[in-house]
Amino acid sequence: MNSNKPEDSVAIDVQSVTKIFKGETEVLALDDVSVQVRENEFFTLLGPSGCGKTTLLRLIAGFEHPTDGRIKLHGSDISLLPPNKRPVNTVFQNYALFPHMTVAGNIEFGLEMMGQAKAERSATVDRMLALVQMEELKNRRITEISGGQQQRVALARALAPHPKVLLLDEPLSALDLKLRKEMQIELKRLQHETGITFVFVTHDQEEALTMSDRVAVMSAGKILQVGSPRDIYDHPTDRFVANFIGESNFLNAELTKVSKGKGMIKLASGAELDASLPSDAPAVGPVSILIRPEHSQLTKRSSKAPLSGSIDNIVYFGTDTHFHITLETSEAFTVRTQNKPGFEGAFQIGDQVSLTIEPDAVQVLKD
Amino acid sequence: MTQQNSSPSMKTAKEVEEFARRQDTKNRLLLASPAILIITLFAAGPLLIVVLYSFLTAGDYGNVKWIFSTDGWFSVFMQRDIFDDTLQIADAHVSIFWRSIKLSLLTTVLTAAFGIPTAYFIATRPLSQRNLWLFLITVPFWTNLLVRTIAVMELIRGEGVINNVLRWAHIIDDPIQMMFTDFAIAFGMTYVYLPLMVLPVYASIEKLDFRLVEAAYDLYANRWKCFWRVILPIVKPGMIAGSILVFVPSLGAYITPRVLGGGKNLMFGNLIELQFGQGRNWPLGAALSISLMVLVMVALLYYVKVSGGDDNNEHR
Amino acid sequence: MSIASLLQRPFSVKRIPGFATIAIITFFCLYAPVIILVAYSFNAGTSLAIWEGFSLVWYQQAIANEAVQAAGLRSLALASIAATIATVAATMAGLATTRKRPFKGQTAVYTLINQPLMVPEIVTAVALLIFFAIIKVATGYQGMGYLIVAHTAFCIPFAYLPIRARLQGMDLSLERAAADLYATPWLTFKRITLPIMAPGIMAGFMLAFVISLDDVVISEFVKTPGQETLPTYMLGQLRRVVTPEVNAISSVLLAISILFVALFFFLNSRRS
Repeated sequence: MNSNKPEDSVAIDVQSVTKIFKGETEVLALDDVSVQVRENEFFTLLGPSGCGKTTLLRLIAGFEHPTDGRIKLHGSDISLLPPNKRPVNTVFQNYALFPHMTVAGNIEFGLEMMGQAKAERSATVDRMLALVQMEELKNRRITEISGGQQQRVALARALAPHPKVLLLDEPLSALDLKLRKEMQIELKRLQHETGITFVFVTHDQEEALTMSDRVAVMSAGKILQVGSPRDIYDHPTDRFVANFIGESNFLNAELTKVSKGKGMIKLASGAELDASLPSDAPAVGPVSILIRPEHSQLTKRSSKAPLSGSIDNIVYFGTDTHFHITLETSEAFTVRTQNKPGFEGAFQIGDQVSLTIEPDAVQVLKD
Repeated sequence: MTQQNSSPSMKTAKEVEEFARRQDTKNRLLLASPAILIITLFAAGPLLIVVLYSFLTAGDYGNVKWIFSTDGWFSVFMQRDIFDDTLQIADAHVSIFWRSIKLSLLTTVLTAAFGIPTAYFIATRPLSQRNLWLFLITVPFWTNLLVRTIAVMELIRGEGVINNVLRWAHIIDDPIQMMFTDFAIAFGMTYVYLPLMVLPVYASIEKLDFRLVEAAYDLYANRWKCFWRVILPIVKPGMIAGSILVFVPSLGAYITPRVLGGGKNLMFGNLIELQFGQGRNWPLGAALSISLMVLVMVALLYYVKVSGGDDNNEHR
Repeated sequence: MSIASLLQRPFSVKRIPGFATIAIITFFCLYAPVIILVAYSFNAGTSLAIWEGFSLVWYQQAIANEAVQAAGLRSLALASIAATIATVAATMAGLATTRKRPFKGQTAVYTLINQPLMVPEIVTAVALLIFFAIIKVATGYQGMGYLIVAHTAFCIPFAYLPIRARLQGMDLSLERAAADLYATPWLTFKRITLPIMAPGIMAGFMLAFVISLDDVVISEFVKTPGQETLPTYMLGQLRRVVTPEVNAISSVLLAISILFVALFFFLNSRRS
């Protein structure tokens, strides 16, 4: 997908990697996965548990080796290199801080193993402690600091050897909501300040959307879609991706025209709308389309509207209200409206309504 | 998608994985080899020699003659009459086997009667106290078995504490003979093996979710119904484990019956020893040893089945 | 506390009437004989029945007794050597049988290591008696080696127990983190694995030491005449007139055991 990019800007090049775990039954964890991570980008692997995202991360770190395919780091094959010979560091999910060492001892460990001189090491440790704002706790034992602080030490420890790529395995999952929000901003800042490529694994769509330059959505050992957060949210090309990120309305429609990556669809009502197409464009004919709930507005019943139906239920959410509608085609459709003072009571359950659809809101799906 | 012709790399990866696995197994076996070697040579291996010796002929002054014989096994249950050479059941042996089983069962019942409430008591203490109570139950277990047996002896001797107290209180005039009786052996074994009952029962009660008990009360069960119908079935695997852990060493006990039972009230272990001492019948001693080991193995296999297959005992 | 207030104790789902009483009686019965034993070791009189005042005379007599001295030193030396070898072997075995995916035959290795726990001591003792009789005839060697190897063998499973538990409780990602931070396998072992498993190794050593120190049955069958350990010496004394000297020796053994078990508990409770 990104093969037109020049080779030197690619940090990690995963080429047709398959990973099969042999146990009592064979498990296909990664199924012919190819993806490229660019230099200096914040790249996120997003997917539900068991989708293979952590396996891919562990393959890049060197804790597992691919059954098939290869992984290149800045052009050189690292598929079979042991972890201690890869200029790649990991922030572990449970931090994996050494309990018998101090904060400084943990951060220093990697530098020591690389054979750096003592003076140079302590300078780096101090710089790292400043970077994560932990100077005061330098000589504390790991067991004596809080979860949020451990998180910062884990980051500092992994960043200290200045790796080519930093791998983060759901590092925020153990933190509470407030701390997690703080760390999201913090991580983004660290990535910006250090200029290191980050590969971040998460199952949290919000985390992925707020922090990443690009996101790869994974399911069942495959990468379904790679793109910017906006791309992924506005133009998911796959039903799974659409469902996993945000809320979705799926409708049946007919694709009538395809030209230059754009298409035209015809709804059951006869209305014709512009639509975005997935990369490998489908042929003209019946298709599934996606419309996000907030990309549609309720109006009074009108015969010219693209969609019409009746309100089944109204759910109040504070910032906005969800209207559950059954369309004339019997398809379910949800409209999300931002609440404004005085809006209440404009529509009631049972009302016959029509829907308007905002421009560029229709996405044709692959299936 | 365009990397289909990457088969060289694929082969290497698979080969490296397979090579690494074989290397890993080799390294780890090497790492375990000192332990394997020592135990094979000085614990497990000699048991095979015992099997061999059980099929040899007894030497005149102990040890064996290298002549094949089934007399050792034969004498486990049978004997020839000294006078008319007829076959008889070896009454002495049978009564010793019977005493061993009887006293081991009695010990198991007694340790259960005291041990289960104790385990329950420990498991329901506040978390901060629990380790202290556990420590108190464990300390006697790791202290010298002989010392603890001597402590029991001091208690029940003719000149011992119990008799002295009773005489001092004028409840009795002559000391009660407690030493060298079956009671003494059962009492002593209960005393020394009690922690073996408490610990596994405690482990299973500790895992008990007391919300189940609350649910039982909520559904109108009273205390005893609750205990019999909810707590006991859940704790049963722990009780079976504890019973076997007590029964097995009781069956093979040697020190406690020797000290508290005197020369008369023998158990299995003492009968074995006798064949290597005054009895001078090593093949019989070997056959008895194998018999005891098989009995114990059967009990332990049952224990492994019970403690290993917890789920099997859930649906009851 | 009045009876009325006892009856008004708040309802607890955990309480079963009578269990606490039985538990307290059990604890009492568990400790009373031992405490009496220790108390009488300080009795001035020869009789075990009558208290004649506090005295250390039996301790003095025990220490002055050359047979006790020799047996005590032999027991300590034996326990030290056997526990050390057993701990080293158990540590290696622990490293081999934990943390990674089980290798082919690992269950067999595990069963073999625990084998001495599964066979009655008297059977192992008899087996060693026969085996060593053969070796004695063949080589003429009569030394302490027999006791040392026998003790080492049955100490291994006891040392293995806490070491294995410690290793199994160890967070695997720590070693991965070390490798990720450029540590070679050897450095990972030296700097991460070994320090973290150290309390388990210490606990294993102490268990092995106490088990060796306490052993009677196997020592009794394996020893060559004259090689008395403290417990076999005591067992021999029980055949004769029992004096409080045995109580004094018992009390010392008790004290050593309790000290080691307390240390063991302390080490085991210090989890990371």
